[in-house]
Amino acid sequence: MTLDYLDYKAATEKYEPTLGLEVHVELNTKSKMFCSCATEFGAEPNTQTCPVCLGLPGALPVVNAKAIESSILIGLALNCSIAPYSRFARKNYFYPDMPKNFQTSQYDEPICVDGYLDVEVETDDGAKVFRVDIERVHMEEDTGKSLHVGGSTGRIHGAEYSLLDYNRAGIPLVEIVTRIVPGTGKYAPQVARAYVTELRDILRSLGVSDVKMEQGSLRCDANLSLAPIGSGELGTRSETKNVNSLRSVERAVSGEIERQANRLQAGERIVQETRHFLEESGQTRPGRSKEEAEDYRYFPEPDLVPITPDANWIEELRKRIPEKPSIRRKRLQTEWDCPDKEMTSLVNAELLDVVEETIELGAEPTRARTWWLGEISRLANEKEVLPTSLITTEFVAEIIALIVAGELTDKLARQVVEGVVNGEGSPKEVIEKRGLKVVSDDTALMLAIESAISAQPDTAERVRGGNIPAAGALIGAVMKATGGQADAAKVRELLLRHLGQGE
Amino acid sequence: MTNIYSSASEMADSLAKKEYSSVELTQQHLDRIADVDGKVSAFLHVDAEGALTQAAAVDAKRVRGEKLSPLAGVPLALKDILAQKGIPTTAGSKILEGWRPPYDSTVVTKLKEAGVVILGKTNMDEFAMGSSTENSAYGTTQNPWDLSRTPGGSSGGSAAAVAAFEAPLAIGTDTGGSIRQPAALTGIVGVKPTYGGVSRYGVVAYSSSLDQVGPFGRTVLDAALLHEVIAGHDERDSTSINAPIPQVVAAAKRLDVKGMKIGVIKELSGPGFQAGVSQRISESLELLVAAGAEIVEVSCPSFEFALAAYYLIAPSEASSNLARFDSMRYGLRVGDDGSKGAEEVMSITREAGFGKEVKRRIILGTYALSSGYYDAYYGSAQKVRTLVKQDFEKAFGQADVLVSPVTPTTAFKIGEKSEDPVAMYLSDIATIPVNMAGIGGMSLPVGLADEDGLPVGLQIMAPVMQDDRFYRVGGTLEAALLSKWGKPLLANIPELGGVA
Ligand SMILES: [Zn+2]
Repeated sequence: MTLDYLDYKAATEKYEPTLGLEVHVELNTKSKMFCSCATEFGAEPNTQTCPVCLGLPGALPVVNAKAIESSILIGLALNCSIAPYSRFARKNYFYPDMPKNFQTSQYDEPICVDGYLDVEVETDDGAKVFRVDIERVHMEEDTGKSLHVGGSTGRIHGAEYSLLDYNRAGIPLVEIVTRIVPGTGKYAPQVARAYVTELRDILRSLGVSDVKMEQGSLRCDANLSLAPIGSGELGTRSETKNVNSLRSVERAVSGEIERQANRLQAGERIVQETRHFLEESGQTRPGRSKEEAEDYRYFPEPDLVPITPDANWIEELRKRIPEKPSIRRKRLQTEWDCPDKEMTSLVNAELLDVVEETIELGAEPTRARTWWLGEISRLANEKEVLPTSLITTEFVAEIIALIVAGELTDKLARQVVEGVVNGEGSPKEVIEKRGLKVVSDDTALMLAIESAISAQPDTAERVRGGNIPAAGALIGAVMKATGGQADAAKVRELLLRHLGQGE
Repeated sequence: MTNIYSSASEMADSLAKKEYSSVELTQQHLDRIADVDGKVSAFLHVDAEGALTQAAAVDAKRVRGEKLSPLAGVPLALKDILAQKGIPTTAGSKILEGWRPPYDSTVVTKLKEAGVVILGKTNMDEFAMGSSTENSAYGTTQNPWDLSRTPGGSSGGSAAAVAAFEAPLAIGTDTGGSIRQPAALTGIVGVKPTYGGVSRYGVVAYSSSLDQVGPFGRTVLDAALLHEVIAGHDERDSTSINAPIPQVVAAAKRLDVKGMKIGVIKELSGPGFQAGVSQRISESLELLVAAGAEIVEVSCPSFEFALAAYYLIAPSEASSNLARFDSMRYGLRVGDDGSKGAEEVMSITREAGFGKEVKRRIILGTYALSSGYYDAYYGSAQKVRTLVKQDFEKAFGQADVLVSPVTPTTAFKIGEKSEDPVAMYLSDIATIPVNMAGIGGMSLPVGLADEDGLPVGLQIMAPVMQDDRFYRVGGTLEAALLSKWGKPLLANIPELGGVA
């Protein structure tokens, strides 16, 4: 009997997936986990190193207090208990990109334990909340980077030689490990994605990491196992690494569900192993087998003392936990009466904070959103910088106020923004220097209108005859004549009245 | 006339009075090294140029009338386990041959700041693993009392250099007795400070939770003067204690033990200790009683497990600490002929670069930390450590200081124990509990054993950060012994000079 290939739908009708997620976050501390070296991304190889992070004989680690603070903030935001006593351990294994041949990492005594994160997923029966239990949040140091040169695979085997860059060695990492997430059924991929998204947003709101999946400052490993529905069993799990975007998280989980289901269907067993996600195909390929579990010979790091955060300090930190991003988004969307699509754009462009600030400074919500998402983002794109680095929220609010007051047209306002961005001063100074005043002086406008009418007598006649849309050509001529500085609405009003069509 | 036979404090006084210069004093020691080190083999590297430059700088400051620290201009020998910028630092191992650290250890920084002149680096058992310097990859150091015997170890080079008048002061490290045992075997003063009392930053790690840097001198006061230079909190060492340095110089000068209770540890006496050793120890106690101290007996029943626990904890930490010596970034690289992968080169280098005892301990430690064995070995050893601490706490409830012999025997013959690791390990039986508990201890020379005419050391121990107590007792006893003998113990050492 040949077995039919199970597609995703068939797979999830037969098997119940169990999910588990491990997320590694690079903290954005100025210095490394155990030394004072800089953590700048993309520096020349081996320029951000010292005896400590190079593991030179005799060098000793000192824990970065900021990293502890960030870890506690993460734990608190994820509803964890903060351990009154936690320790680092040494994870021993040999690899050239690890200077000491052990990684200093928390092991059985992590800094935060027992939390949860609720995530919302769209199901056939509408939005549903899934609770993801957090087992632990722990600190560790990153390894260096190897570049394997020669050979076809870019892997160490078959390479001609390898280059080592220790700039990343010792960068603080926080690992957030969930418990297994049961009961997701066919929504496992969406739950995984929603979890990583929510987590990313929380980390961003805490300001503890750049959370750039493409740069590796947020990395996700997805553990997955299948068991026949209703069996109550827990299958053998695989661990998929190298999942570097939110979309990939979803694809990796669904792909793995399909792969495992078809193996089980064919009577084969699932091998406990590490698999690598392939971005192009959405498939995973086998990596290291975990059947022969590596023995890391963990033991408490004798060069460091236990971490015993003061209870009052933890309470101080708790006060700093911002509103949960998903809740805040919903609140702002309602307050601003903002369409879904625009809200998504604002979130993706990381403009929520500045738009909120601009509005708090008195700007009208729609205009605040439009200016930040439109003209300012466009200029930022051109200059390849962040919109928020171009102009302050105060100036944006000021410009919007001038538009509302009729002192600037949108076109003039764009020039004001350009002037501010180019460093010509405050909006007022730019208006002054560039002479960007709205022409609202009726006499001046009337002169322009009359000359437009005499240039296009036929058009004027049509308007007099009741053909209002024909007025557009005359308005355009007036705008052109005034260099765009006239208020178009005002021109229209004066023109129509002059041609006997005013109310 | 040479000044090398003076004590460091006498040298410091003479320098202060400008009776001679530091350059002269340093040159005299360099001459002495040239003269006798062919026999003693205390030094692995002599930095004559650097030492004379440092000495000249101190002299210049003195001429300018700048304020100098008490030991400014006095020479010192540095154990080759401390990183000194630009100076070869091997830790007695082939695997670090040719490595010149790009940075100074905190102790070296402090020595330089104090104007102490660093003559060079001294021999040691490889990575401080050993009790005789026979495990050095660069040959054995000889005991100046009898060149056929070891000076002890692992800081044997430093101890021998001080006993042979090649340096008035030296720095050692003590993980299980590596300062106190060689001090005892060469008839000088050696101190293992409280764990965390002196920074370990820049000290090539053997066993991080046990290693401690300490001073050697020919007198208690000399050791105290050096102790105060090197001690103190260091932000770079997380295990360093943030508290004021014990006033050890004042304690060394106090010469009074009236009313002090001295606890004799029952488990560290009697059979198992050489008769001549026990005899000298008893006489010392009598002198202390005569000086007004009271002797009490204390019991530390857990000490019998301390040695076994030590040989699980220290190798476990060592197996991890020594993992970094993999030929990738510094030191020896063997077998990199272009045909082999990184892991293979690591493996060949480690095979070629580590000595027998180091390999033995790496294997032992790797095994003890392995999953399935961890609880039985490393875990149990940590429990013993707690028990040892509790024994000390209890004993210090009954006495101000505790005493015992430093070693079961006087200096043994080179080769005598090198094929029997357990016999070698036993030479540290009395010193190891101190490291396990993180307290401090001193080895004080208290005479020569009748049967062999070799030095005997008394160990004096005090609670955490109460190091001043053993300086007080040591100083008092030293003075009593001096008045009894009429001359220092080292006056009896055979003259080595003349024939290089
Ligand atoms: Zn560094």
